[in-house]
Amino acid sequence: MLMTALPDRVNVGKSSLEVLRKGRGQPLLFLHTGHGLDPADAFLDALSSKFNVIAPAHPGFGASDLPSGMTTVSDLAYFYLDFLEQENLRDAVLVGASFGGWLAAELAIKGTGRFSRVVFLDSIGAKFGSRENREIQELLATTIDDLPRLLFSEQEAGRKKFGEFDFPSMQEAEVTRFARNRESFLMFGWSPALYNPKLASRLHRIRQPALVVWGEDDKIVGPDYGRAFADAIPGAKFASVPHAGHYGFMEQPGAYAEHVLDFLAL
Amino acid sequence: MEVWQFCEQSMHPAWNKIDGPTKVTIPNEVCDPVIAHELYNRYLDEWMLGDELGYNIFVNEHHASANCMSVSCTLTLSILARQTKKARLLSLGVPIANRTDPYRVAEEMAMIDVISKGRLEVGLVKASPFELSMSNQSPARIMDRYWEAHDLFVKAMTSREPFSWEGEFFQYRNVNLWPRPYQQPMPPMWITASSAANGRKIAQLGYVCATFFNGKGTKALFDAYREEYLKTHGRVAPPDRLAYLGMMVTGHNDAEVEDRVAKMKCYLDVQPRTPPQWTNPPGYESLEGNVKALQAGKKGGRLNFGLPPNPTMEQMIEGGIFFAGTPDKIYNQIKKFSDSVGGVDHMLLLAQAGLLTHEDTADSLKLFAKEVMPRLKALKSNHEVTPMAAE
Repeated sequence: MLMTALPDRVNVGKSSLEVLRKGRGQPLLFLHTGHGLDPADAFLDALSSKFNVIAPAHPGFGASDLPSGMTTVSDLAYFYLDFLEQENLRDAVLVGASFGGWLAAELAIKGTGRFSRVVFLDSIGAKFGSRENREIQELLATTIDDLPRLLFSEQEAGRKKFGEFDFPSMQEAEVTRFARNRESFLMFGWSPALYNPKLASRLHRIRQPALVVWGEDDKIVGPDYGRAFADAIPGAKFASVPHAGHYGFMEQPGAYAEHVLDFLAL
Repeated sequence: MEVWQFCEQSMHPAWNKIDGPTKVTIPNEVCDPVIAHELYNRYLDEWMLGDELGYNIFVNEHHASANCMSVSCTLTLSILARQTKKARLLSLGVPIANRTDPYRVAEEMAMIDVISKGRLEVGLVKASPFELSMSNQSPARIMDRYWEAHDLFVKAMTSREPFSWEGEFFQYRNVNLWPRPYQQPMPPMWITASSAANGRKIAQLGYVCATFFNGKGTKALFDAYREEYLKTHGRVAPPDRLAYLGMMVTGHNDAEVEDRVAKMKCYLDVQPRTPPQWTNPPGYESLEGNVKALQAGKKGGRLNFGLPPNPTMEQMIEGGIFFAGTPDKIYNQIKKFSDSVGGVDHMLLLAQAGLLTHEDTADSLKLFAKEVMPRLKALKSNHEVTPMAAE
């Protein structure tokens, strides 16, 4: 579940980072959502059949350090540039989901040359509409009990991913992980609410082949937003998945993995 | 003991016009501007009466709220600075971490201090979590922002030459406070707290520590303040550095008191009417505090001042939330409470709330001023009052 610790650690500069490594092959960097990473994630399992999946807990999330002064998604992207160099990743695949999609975009527009393909899953982070049209629904000032309904097509399936929110029976480390993820997600995403006003006009800088996968029942950013996101990236492909909410890769891992693996096999 | 008259300037006629939250999401369609006009002026009249009666004045602010129509401490105080004559004027307070421009806050405060001939007391508060929905400032790192704003505010007040400020949250080419405050080097400072840890921080600064409806939790907070004050400053904390807010109503007989308490009590019912997602957004409380609350099975914020649901008058009095009675009784309640917390020199009294009418409010204020206030003022603390400048 989302409160479980990741198995490995790596130092990046002076910061210690939690990381999940799974599978062999071409490297694939997965950037997680604002609610952390499940080490038993079925979507990542499927990708690890063909790829060397590297999935860190972002600085400030899970048990990863938060370097002082790191407060924006762009700061996180610069941190990951260091990580890419340290791991010497080349010809890598970049995959980001929701908040991780925003981070993936901030990373990709910086033109590292280390990625050969980029995949966005129900990404947030860009503003396409007018000033009076809120395109990205509230994900930060929400009750805990509302999260499964907002994030998943099937509320009950979503609750299970969060361990049913049975905090009194959880380990302190698990509860801390959940609370810390919420706080860091809020810090990085608060205002403008879950987007960088500059990002939409920079997405054209993503030169790699790109795939955008979207849940048809995404209640945070609907499929129309997903199409706008894909349209802003030259040549990007768009695919949608039925019965999938904002965290569709967790809800329909098989369908999401199939789209991604098909795209990467091209 | 000093007595402070407080009122939240509520738009109470709107409370039963809508189900659910009375703040944040309540549409302003139910804020009738004609009624609002009458109420604002009524509340100001009550403070002017209080000024004549010997009360000091305490104002606050909220936003998008039928519980409190004051949108700015400094706006309310700027009216009272001119219209009152004697009362000390306390803002408690300005949600400084929600303000984008703390320099502007310092300017407004200094102007009020000068117009009122040095009657201003400056209170800075963290503010309720739901205020962040209107200010749009981040709940994350709110206290880091608060303390930078505080430091800038104090430097703006006390610096006698222009300076620049290049902080993490606030940047200015040229801070140059005009006018400088009437009270030199600056007006007394107040901060609110409910936990011992925050009380200690305020003690280190030597500011007045105020706590709201804290009831049985007050003693531990005040003890921590006094202990830390002695440790930091090498002398006993003057009692005028501690303040307590409770509700207050008095009457000429028990039946009148009960009637007035019943009118005020709906204030407690309205307080929790907050959109649940705004009772404790991530980051507003410390990580450790949030983890403890989740482990205890709590997902929301604090409610009802630790009282049981629908508390009786006796439970509210016993809990230190409400001081209510005929003059003798109310004097004894306040004296007993003060003794129980080791002495408190500033009694902040929510003297109008809920559906208490102007006539009832004015009568209660007059009776208290005549029969209770002189006895409270005679409760002399055996200490030398230390001017804030010496801290």
